[in-house]
Amino acid sequence: MSKPPLSARLTVWTLVVLLAAPIAITLAYSLAESWGARILPQGFSLEWYAKLWTDQRFLAAFGRSLLVCLAALTLSLVLILPALFVVFYYFPKLKGLMNLLVLLPFAVPPVVSSVGLLQLYAGGPLPLVGTPWILVLCYFTLSLPFMYRALANNLEAVNLPDLMDAAHLLGAGTTRAFLRVVLPNLRNGLLSALFLAFSFLFGEFVFANLLVGTRFETLQVYLYSQRTTSGHFTSAMVMSYFLFIGLATWVALRLQSRSA
Amino acid sequence: MTDLALTTDRPSHTAAPVNTGTLPAARPSPWRRRLPLLLLLPFGLVFALFQLAPIAWVAINAFQAGGDWSLAHFREILGSPWYHQSFTNSLDLAFWSSLAGLAIATLGTAALRRVPGRLQNAVVAFTTMSSNFSGVPLAFAFIVLLGMNGALTLLLQQLGLAEQFNLYSRGGLLVLYTYFQVPLAVLLLYPAFDALRDDWRDAAALLGAGPVRYWLRVALPVLSPALLGTFIILLANALGAYASTYALMTSNYNLVTIQIAGLVAGDIFLEPQLAAALSLLLMALLLLVTAVNQWLVARSRHV
Repeated sequence: MSKPPLSARLTVWTLVVLLAAPIAITLAYSLAESWGARILPQGFSLEWYAKLWTDQRFLAAFGRSLLVCLAALTLSLVLILPALFVVFYYFPKLKGLMNLLVLLPFAVPPVVSSVGLLQLYAGGPLPLVGTPWILVLCYFTLSLPFMYRALANNLEAVNLPDLMDAAHLLGAGTTRAFLRVVLPNLRNGLLSALFLAFSFLFGEFVFANLLVGTRFETLQVYLYSQRTTSGHFTSAMVMSYFLFIGLATWVALRLQSRSA
Repeated sequence: MTDLALTTDRPSHTAAPVNTGTLPAARPSPWRRRLPLLLLLPFGLVFALFQLAPIAWVAINAFQAGGDWSLAHFREILGSPWYHQSFTNSLDLAFWSSLAGLAIATLGTAALRRVPGRLQNAVVAFTTMSSNFSGVPLAFAFIVLLGMNGALTLLLQQLGLAEQFNLYSRGGLLVLYTYFQVPLAVLLLYPAFDALRDDWRDAAALLGAGPVRYWLRVALPVLSPALLGTFIILLANALGAYASTYALMTSNYNLVTIQIAGLVAGDIFLEPQLAAALSLLLMALLLLVTAVNQWLVARSRHV
């Protein structure tokens, strides 16, 4: 490889600056005591963070978001793992269909799904609209592309049939072989997918706002409701949120590079 | 693939003991072989109820009016300048932000592939993080940066570069959309650059082609399927976007997604079937775009 030209470095740094600019300004704004109609902020203070992290409504919304996301990811694990194993081990012909189906949550905008969801679950036998349950179930579908793709790639890589045959020869039943042999091999990929899906779900606004709204106020809905309050306060909120999902993404990437 | 050929007899390993002696391994009865399908059931049920059923509801109800099958909603949409505008606005934002995002990402990724590995990894990690920075928080960050009293707005005004940059306008939305398209495009394009071999650049240089010609005649044609595919995903991403526009403008910018949401959860009157018809048109648009992409990729010589 030829030595990196200066222009390449400059372009990369320009890209980083462009992507970092809104985040950096928000950080500066959240730390500024006041920032009137000037270019530079005045004073430095953590008061906005102190105010935010003692705000009961914020903490409650944060907790609710955490709860819904963790519940959705647990459900996702419980449902996807057996399904994926069955497809890959017994019915590999279904792989094509699954690959197509798990893309649906990405291909169909949440606004479109919510039109049907609002009508189907507002009353009837499953009156879920307005409850956290509908978010858990919808977030399960949203997490599918992350979870399925990551796990499917890993399953292809570990050569499932050979692994299972070896375990069977050594006397393990299918369930035991799956739990003791296959699952440990998927661990890093699985954890990475979970963290990535988590940072995605934590930022979900459309379903949270349209299907549940203030009846079970999640972080994004709370964030939206605060749009008219002080810019410093919302900046502190945005930064806290970004650090949180940034951390989750970072852990996911570390796990990914370790499993590769 | 070899494992496909082996699959037919695989379940027998699990059902029959390995040392069956002289007898060939007994094949389990058909219903036994289908037993594992039961494990697919819970997954399939939840997926059907919360992903397929809503789409089916939309598909059916778009054609319903007053309890009968009818095209009334489509006629209403096609005859309404208001809904026309929502589609043109959505397409306009999606097209230009995808194009700008793709251009910036292609330049950035090309440069990224030429810098040392450590910097590459760090930038990819940062890009992944910023790809999750979207929706409401992103809109807030842009208000701080580019709003009426945003730091950058004031700076640009003092430098006399942009007297009236207005975040709450088409231009502002374009900047916002382009911002969230770039990280996605970089992450999608990054692996595609593996197809470019370093010696091609050297070979082109030996044959007398400068960087511009190398890019036009070698690199871009090789990358074209990846670029097209990425463009389509960006387009779909922008057409379906709702949260950031809503957070910035509430309902003051006429987009398809804003109209759909307003018809099912608005303040005035609700018309879910009209929303379904709009949704169906939006999905048809996405399908059309994907089909055109498939056709273009199939025609490209460099797959």
